[in-house]
Amino acid sequence: MSEMTLSRQDRASAYAELRRRKLVAFLFVAPLLAFLLFAFVAPIASMLFRSIHEPTVADLIPDTLDKMADWDGQQMPPREVMNQFALDLKRLANDRTSGRLAGEINRSLPGASSVIQSSARQLRRIDDAELASSGTDALFKANKRWTEVEIWRTIQQSGNPYSVDQYLTALDLQKNPVDGSIEARDGPKIYVDLYTKTLRIALFITLLTIALGYPLSYYLAGLPDKTANLLIVFVLLPFWTSLLVRTTSWIALLQTNGVVNSFLMAIGIINEPMEMLYTEFATVIAMTHILLPFMILPLYSVMRGIDPSYFRAALSMGARPIPAFLRIYLPMSLPGLSAGALLVFIISVGYYITPALVGGTEGQMISNLIAFHMQQSNNWGLAAALGSILLAVILLLYWTYDRFVGTKNLSFG
Amino acid sequence: MQKLPAYFNFWHYLGHYGLKTAAFAVLLFLMLPILIIIPLSFNAEPYFTFTEGMLALDPAAYSTRWYTEILTDLKWTLAIQNSFIIGIASAIVATVLGTIAAVGLASPVMPFKRLITALLISPMIVPLIIIAAGMFFFYTRFNLVGTYTGLIIAHAALGVPFVIITVTATLAGFDRSLYNAAVGMGASPARAFWDITVPLIRPGVISGGLFAFVTSFDEVVVVLFLAGPEQRTIPRQMFSGLREQINPTILAVATLLILLSVALLITLELLRRRNERIRGERF
Repeated sequence: MSEMTLSRQDRASAYAELRRRKLVAFLFVAPLLAFLLFAFVAPIASMLFRSIHEPTVADLIPDTLDKMADWDGQQMPPREVMNQFALDLKRLANDRTSGRLAGEINRSLPGASSVIQSSARQLRRIDDAELASSGTDALFKANKRWTEVEIWRTIQQSGNPYSVDQYLTALDLQKNPVDGSIEARDGPKIYVDLYTKTLRIALFITLLTIALGYPLSYYLAGLPDKTANLLIVFVLLPFWTSLLVRTTSWIALLQTNGVVNSFLMAIGIINEPMEMLYTEFATVIAMTHILLPFMILPLYSVMRGIDPSYFRAALSMGARPIPAFLRIYLPMSLPGLSAGALLVFIISVGYYITPALVGGTEGQMISNLIAFHMQQSNNWGLAAALGSILLAVILLLYWTYDRFVGTKNLSFG
Repeated sequence: MQKLPAYFNFWHYLGHYGLKTAAFAVLLFLMLPILIIIPLSFNAEPYFTFTEGMLALDPAAYSTRWYTEILTDLKWTLAIQNSFIIGIASAIVATVLGTIAAVGLASPVMPFKRLITALLISPMIVPLIIIAAGMFFFYTRFNLVGTYTGLIIAHAALGVPFVIITVTATLAGFDRSLYNAAVGMGASPARAFWDITVPLIRPGVISGGLFAFVTSFDEVVVVLFLAGPEQRTIPRQMFSGLREQINPTILAVATLLILLSVALLITLELLRRRNERIRGERF
């Protein structure tokens, strides 16, 4: 029956009814959406915003930056600008906030911190009227680096509350101070290397979980229901056991006087304990243990649905086991394998707790560096930029996952 | 014991037993690290490893002193209390909001279904460190950092995806014609929903709530960023214990947590069976 047979009025009322039902469905979801918007989406958006928005310098020396607006950054700034800066710096010194300015500027120009701090101390003794007329000279007297154009240019650039500088840092790039072009930063590529290392560790863990999870799932899938249900408990129990409990047990196992070392020494394989804890090895093995159920559960649920008679038929007709397996069984188990692999990879890329506890210095991943910049170095802008890049990587992976596997295959137990 | 097919030759047998050995080795790898914790927690000495006396099964080498310590140490009792308060409160928030939303999502006419589902699932996908950092920035503005409310809100958001996934799965197996029949016989939609739909999806809702509770109970990254000393939870206390000075109290706590997960696993299995029975898949 086509729409043509409906009268205009019927059609209108059908659409009205559909709209009403859509609205009702949406109203059910609305409270949760509102809740998540506040509790989850807005926090992440505010973090993304912070990665490009850094108002500290702009808030500290607004008058100087105002006067700097017309300066092109090539020659020394006009004296009027420098006098104003001297006034601002004295005010900061009296408010005891010159350290924050020094810290901010130092991030872009290493060494600037001591210049600003020592000058601030000296300016405190000079009165405002004198600074307004000859603050420039006072600055030059306090430190000769004020006669260099570079430090003024840095102040002007840091004064811009919006910048992509944190992203440049996070990608080991920098802006050329003279012509503004983007170039590789000198020295080791710490952040790019850490991203690469994180992806490498995650890939390695994924391959390990496949190597361990595939044979087990295959074996369990071939068992009668009762035995399989019993044995799957040994996968579910670790899955349900607290992450910290499992990390704790790896510390007990791997430490110098731990269970593994004592055992290996007792049976005479090694003579002195191996250093296993606080290494990349510890991170990999503990995370493999923790993430293995995420591989086994989707694999097993897909394999349970595969009719074993195809594979058996191939074998009974004389196919050799390995080619038969590769051509018959493996393709059928691929949905479970890809679901498990992407899940494990996505989770391990963002892992924080286990590397922090067992990884030592070499077993750290990108999340640990983000936490470091949040909690210890207090460089929140950089932490936010590093986090945004990580988020972009994860969303790309999730998008792939959703496209090829679909979130329908997610289940827990 | 399975019967092996008649066409098996030597290599087939080798493959079969090789696979079996590999499978049991992996099961051992999964279970051993958890099992090893339990005897270690009864160590009489303040070490994290087996002492000679323990290996010789000398009763004097074993003691329950670390369990006594948990019960008497105010830090641990506060942490246990906090874990339950925050876990239960956040699970209730996540379950109520998540179940209502899952009912909406199950409607065939739900607009932007894919997009909204992706958004509701995303707390599970986004790395915790990013969530924690973002929440720290944002919740500071509302004075929610260092409060129970802040942590409950945060953990409820983390628990939502589990409720959505579990309840959606239960609703997918729910026969809508039962609801339609009730409405057809004159029940109001609200009444039909409450008397027909709710009892049938209850096992799914309860397991969703349990997932949300466990998510909160096991979570430490967000707690590290948002909690003040007053809101320290069990994982948070374990985390600092493992970083600062390792002592077997943590092993005793870990053992209790293992028992808790066993209890949870049994509950979930019972719920799953009940769900199947309700749906008529198993009698």
